[in-house]
Amino acid sequence: MTILTETESGPLVLSREQIEELGRELDELRAAIVADLGERDREYLYSIIKAQCGFEIAGRGLMYLGFLPPFWLAAVAALSVSKILDNMEIGHNVMHGQYDWMREPGLNSRVFEWDTVCPADQWKHSHNYLHHTYTNIHNKDRDIGYSVLRMDEAQEWNVLRLGQPLYAFMLMMLFEWGVMGHDLEVEKIVRGERTWPEIEQLILGQWRKAGKQVLKDYLVFPALTGPLFFHTLAGNAAANLVRNVWAFAIIFCGHFPTGVQTFTEEETADETRGEWYIRQMLGSANITGRKLFHIMAGNLSHQIEHHLFPDLPASRYPEMAPTVRALCEKYGLPYNTGTLGKQIGSVWKKIFKLALPPRWVKSEPSPGVIVMRQRKASEAGV
Amino acid sequence: MVDLINLVQTLTSPHPLDRYLELVRPTLTLRDMRAEITRVRHSAPGSVTLTLRPTRQWKGHQAGQYVQLGVVIDGVRHTRCYSPVNPEGGRDRHIELTVKAHPGGVVSPFLYHNAVPGMVVDLTPADGMFRLPEPRPERLLLISGGSGITPVLSMLRTLAAESHRGEVVFLHYAKSPAVLPHRAELDAIARRHPNFRIELRHPHRPERIDPGAPWIDLARPKGSGYFDYDELERVAPWFADAQTYVCGPQSLMDAVRKIYQAEQWDDRLHTEEFTLSVAAADAARAHGTVNFSASRVSAENNGATLLEQAESAGLSPEYGCRMGICFSCTAVRRAGCTRNLRTGETDSDPDQPIQLCISAPVGDVDIDI
Ligand code: FES
Repeated sequence: MTILTETESGPLVLSREQIEELGRELDELRAAIVADLGERDREYLYSIIKAQCGFEIAGRGLMYLGFLPPFWLAAVAALSVSKILDNMEIGHNVMHGQYDWMREPGLNSRVFEWDTVCPADQWKHSHNYLHHTYTNIHNKDRDIGYSVLRMDEAQEWNVLRLGQPLYAFMLMMLFEWGVMGHDLEVEKIVRGERTWPEIEQLILGQWRKAGKQVLKDYLVFPALTGPLFFHTLAGNAAANLVRNVWAFAIIFCGHFPTGVQTFTEEETADETRGEWYIRQMLGSANITGRKLFHIMAGNLSHQIEHHLFPDLPASRYPEMAPTVRALCEKYGLPYNTGTLGKQIGSVWKKIFKLALPPRWVKSEPSPGVIVMRQRKASEAGV
Repeated sequence: MVDLINLVQTLTSPHPLDRYLELVRPTLTLRDMRAEITRVRHSAPGSVTLTLRPTRQWKGHQAGQYVQLGVVIDGVRHTRCYSPVNPEGGRDRHIELTVKAHPGGVVSPFLYHNAVPGMVVDLTPADGMFRLPEPRPERLLLISGGSGITPVLSMLRTLAAESHRGEVVFLHYAKSPAVLPHRAELDAIARRHPNFRIELRHPHRPERIDPGAPWIDLARPKGSGYFDYDELERVAPWFADAQTYVCGPQSLMDAVRKIYQAEQWDDRLHTEEFTLSVAAADAARAHGTVNFSASRVSAENNGATLLEQAESAGLSPEYGCRMGICFSCTAVRRAGCTRNLRTGETDSDPDQPIQLCISAPVGDVDIDI
C-alpha cells in the first residue's frame, strides 16, 4: 500500500516502508519521553494547579470590590485565567490520562472533573475515544464542524449553511454548552438512532454537572457578595465567556485552518500504526507563540504533537516539536503552523466561505496534501 | 459543621476542598489522611523504624492490622502495606513502622535512604482481619519470620502493655541476630513478663548465639532448625488450646499450616500473607490463569491482550480506541503481573489501574471486571 500525497510542488509518494519507518521514528520519540517522565512533570502539573487555585481565589475575592470597575475587571481576568488553566492545561490533559502514570488518586483520567458544564465521562467518550481515534474521518469524527458547521468541502451544502457565521459565533460564545451537548449526538437522535435510555443517562449526567456549575457561579458566589450580587453574577458570566471564546479559538485553530486534511472511511480502513500517525499529522495544525501562550493554550497550540501522542503530558510537546517537524521535512510532509492571527483568520475565512453554495466559491484543493492509498489513486485521476 | 463543609464543597465544585487545603499545608486535608514522619531510626542493619504522626482522621489500629503508606518516588505515587509495630490503644496517637529495605524493591529502599523527619506521606485507615481478638485468648502462640515480625510484634507489645496474665510464646525466625529490629523491646518484655516466652531462631547460623540474652536464642535447637512439629511441641506444648498467629515467608506459613491442617485445628490458626511484588521471571511465555474477578470468570492465559482475552471469555468490557490512547478500557489489576505492550515494562503492584487493550498478563492475574 502506498500513500500518495500531492503538494504544491507536485505529488509526493511515500512507500509503505517509508511510512512504517516514520512510524518507528515517532515511536522512538515517544519512548524517549516516556522513559524520562518523572518528578519534573509532577512538579510542573502541581505548579499549574497552584497557580490556578491562586487565580481562582484571587478572582472570587476581588469580586467583593466589584463595585469599582478596575477591581471588577481584575476579578474577571483572574477568574478567566483560572478557568482557562483548569480546562486546558489541567483538565483536558489530565482527562487524557497524560498523568495517570503518577498514580495520584485525584489527578487521573478516571476521576478528574473540570470547571465547565460538560461532565468528564461524556467528554472522554466523544473526545478521547471518537475524536482522537478517528481524527478527521468523515462520518466518524464528529468534531469536523461539531455537526453544526460545514468545515470541509466534502460536507454537503444546504441553504441552512448560509447562517453558519452566526452559528459559529453563537458556538463560540456558548462554547462550554456546545461541548456539553456534543456527546448526545443530536443528529443521531433526529434520525432515531439513539434509544431513550441512552439519551436519558447522558441528560441526567449533564443536568447534575451543569446544575452544580450554575449553582456555584450564578447563585452561591453572587449571594456571598451580598449587595454585589449582580456585579458578581455578571463577573462570573464574563469569566465563563472569556474562557469560551479562548477555548473556541484554540480548538478551532487545531483542526480547521487551511491545509488541514480530512479523510474518508475507505481511505483509512485497515490503517497501520504508521498510517495512523500520518493522518494525525495531516489532520492537525499548530499555533506558534511564546511559553506563556502555550501554557494558556493547554499546549494544544501543539495540536500536531498532541494528536500524535495524546497520552503524553502536554508540557512535553514543545520539546518534541522540533523532532516532529524535522521528520515532516524529511518525508516531505507539511507541518501546518502559524501565528494565532493567521490561523484564526484562516478558520473564519473558511467558516464564511463554506457557508456559501459550492458553485459560488472556487474550490480549493487545499495547498497542503491529499492523502490517497494506491488502490484509490486511479479513481482520483492521479 | 457538616452543612458548612457542604457549602464550601459547593463553592469548590467540581474539585474537592482538599485540593485547595493541601496547597496550604499537606497535612491540613479534610478527607484525605496523611501522616508526618517525626522520627527516623535505623534500628537494625537493613531496617528503618519510622514514627508517624497521623492527621486527625486517624482512628488507631488493632494489633496485627496494617496501613497503606503512599510516597512519591520520582514523580510516581507508590503505595505499600505495613503493619504498625507499636501496641494498640496508645494514647499519644502515633504509628511506628519498621521497614526492611528489600534489595531490588522500590518503596522500602527509598524509605530506608530518604525518610527524614518532616516528610509527609499518604496513609489509609488501619485494616485487616489479622488482629488480636477481644477478649484476649488465654494462651497465645505468635510465630513470625523475617519482616513478618511487624504485626506479631504489635500483638506481643499490646499483650505486654495490657499485662496479659496467660501464657504467651513468641517464636521468631531471622536470618541473623544482627538484623533483628526492636531487640531492646523484646529484651524488656522478656525481663518484665515471666509468663512471656520469647524464642528466636537463626536456622542459617550454626552456633548458639547470645547466651546471656534473656530469651532463648538458638541457631539449631534440634533437627533442621526450621519450624516443625517437634519445635511446636517444645515451645508450646499447650498449642492445641491456644490461638496461633503466624506471619512470615511462604515456607514458614506452609509448614505451620500443614501441621494445623493435619490436626484439624485450622480454626485456631490465623495467618497473614505478605507477598513481595516480584516481576515474573519469564515474561515471554504465556502461562497462568486470568481471573476476571468481578464477573467470576477465569480463563487460561493465551498471551493476547487482556481486552481480547476478556472478550473471548465472553465478557464485554468497555473500550474505545483499542490502541492505548483513549483510556476507556482502564480497569484495576487486583493482583498479578502484567506487561505493557507499548513500553514492554512489567508491573505487579496490587490494585493498579491498567489499560486492558495494551496489557498482557504475565502468569496469574486478577482483573476487576
Ligand atoms: S481502548 Fe482506548 S486505551 Fe484501551
